[in-house]
Amino acid sequence: MFSFILKRLAIAVPTLLILVILSFILMYAAPGGPFNSDRPLPPQVLANIEAKYGLDQPFWKQILDYVWNVVVHFDFGPSFQYEDRTVNDVIAQGFPVTLTYGFWSFVVAVVVGVTLGAAAAIKQNSWLDYLAVGISIGAQVLPNFVMAPILLLTFTLWLGWLPGGGWNGGQWQYLVMPVIALSTSYMASIARITRSSMLEVLNSNFIRTARAKGLPTRRVIFKHALKPTMLPVISYLGPAFVGMITGSVVIDIFFSTGGIGQFFVNSAFNRDYSVIMGITILVGALTILFNLVVDILYAWIDPKIRY
Amino acid sequence: MTYSSDAERLLNATHLAEVQGRSLWADARARFLRNKAAMVGTFILFGIAVFAIFGQFVAQHERDMIDFTLIGANMQKGVPSIETGHFFGTDANGRDLFARVVQGTQISLMVGIVGALVAVIVGTLYGAIAGYAGGRTDNIMMRIVDVLMSIPFMFVLILMLVIFGRSIFMLFLGIGLISWLDMARIARGQTLTIKNKEFVEVAHATGVAPFTIILRHIVPNLLGIVIVYATLLVPQMIIFESFISFLGLGVQEPNTSLGALISEGSSNMAYGVMWQLYFPLAFFVLTIFAFFFVGDGLRDALDPKDR
Repeated sequence: MFSFILKRLAIAVPTLLILVILSFILMYAAPGGPFNSDRPLPPQVLANIEAKYGLDQPFWKQILDYVWNVVVHFDFGPSFQYEDRTVNDVIAQGFPVTLTYGFWSFVVAVVVGVTLGAAAAIKQNSWLDYLAVGISIGAQVLPNFVMAPILLLTFTLWLGWLPGGGWNGGQWQYLVMPVIALSTSYMASIARITRSSMLEVLNSNFIRTARAKGLPTRRVIFKHALKPTMLPVISYLGPAFVGMITGSVVIDIFFSTGGIGQFFVNSAFNRDYSVIMGITILVGALTILFNLVVDILYAWIDPKIRY
Repeated sequence: MTYSSDAERLLNATHLAEVQGRSLWADARARFLRNKAAMVGTFILFGIAVFAIFGQFVAQHERDMIDFTLIGANMQKGVPSIETGHFFGTDANGRDLFARVVQGTQISLMVGIVGALVAVIVGTLYGAIAGYAGGRTDNIMMRIVDVLMSIPFMFVLILMLVIFGRSIFMLFLGIGLISWLDMARIARGQTLTIKNKEFVEVAHATGVAPFTIILRHIVPNLLGIVIVYATLLVPQMIIFESFISFLGLGVQEPNTSLGALISEGSSNMAYGVMWQLYFPLAFFVLTIFAFFFVGDGLRDALDPKDR
């Protein structure tokens, strides 16, 4: 087990470095510097600004400094567009918000998805099964940027039950719609995966043995069937995580929640390279870390994996 | 006498057997034609393709013609109607929504097809080569795929769009970069089972070059599964493009795509101009639905073990 974790780490660390270097090279290759504008600055001023941000250094020095600062000091440098804040400030402000609704969306997607899928499989071909399959097919075509306007239309404009946006310290009224919009399509996928996996498990020999021993259905399902059922679900969690963190951009735009997604898009329009890079690297690091956890979890649950 | 009649009967029998012999593909076709959801999906797709190709000849107005008499009076005068020739109404700038939805559908279909093509060509070859080569080559090639997969591509693509400017070409490049990863994994897994079959051994023994074996003997046997996953990939690519265009980073004005139209419609829905949201949304959802159904049908038809 330990050597397996080491082996996975040996892949995760270079991946992260590649991501950092790749985004730096992309930024370096950008035509025109970040301070080129319609009204050209006097050359002396431009040189001073570039010296301040370290842009007058040779390429290898810049990239080494950047990587060193990111990896060792966790410092993404100053914003190129706003004098008064650093990339770290932006992350500190937006990240807790994203993390809060992201966490709840993830919990909702997994809990509701697994419950729905498992119930559908246990009561196969009943109304419950058809309902679950119907929901998961319908929700598949409702990505977050389609779900969000539909929710706003229903609960804010039509029924007037929920506020149309804002964060307000994360009160539940402000949390409901972002969480639903973000989790729906992943909930559907998880339900579908759980259902087909559970059906396969329930038809396997060890379940028949458990039943033949006279175990009550509840015990058969919770004690024996659930664990192998979860394997395909767990391997889907990685892509679901990436999808959700990407979707947070849409949630921030629609519900004005003020997460990192909002900063990301604003910086994309402002050509604020350092903020975009900082967020890309942060999200990449999170994704890689999460995939690592998922892989370890998978190896821990699945007895067939040898390390 | 009896001899000749027996021979005749035999001849007839072989003839019959020839007529009744069903290839794998004929079997699959029969299974697909029996699948109602898949057939409905096929018809819807056909309709959408006809709409995308011939819609511009039906439209009464140019898609980028701004009708200044309608600006600001969209709620009253821009209502969908047959008489004014604005079948789907107009947008906030007085442009004909029908013509714009036609173009949006064109772009969405094109994105889906380009993504699928790249996946089929690059992904299949990459996976087949990795699987056939095996050993260290396989290990390195698949590690590369693992590394690429754990990078949050949406963020990297947005970074690229910001740095190199927003254009359809960059969008296609981004989609091409990610679409082949899954396909490479699937093709590799399938190749591993095929490469130990006798016909590959025979080809190898008779001295056929490895690359020819891959092209002539392995890739054709991958085709079934490749077609299935290519079809299921198309809606993912459409969602991907719509997401980027929704953020305003994809297809740029005066061109448009379904994602951009949905974004526009949802930002205007507070003014009561619901047709701006309904029509693009309907085409988006229908297209995705249809591809999913066709993909599922193809999977049932071509990959019967996966049921």
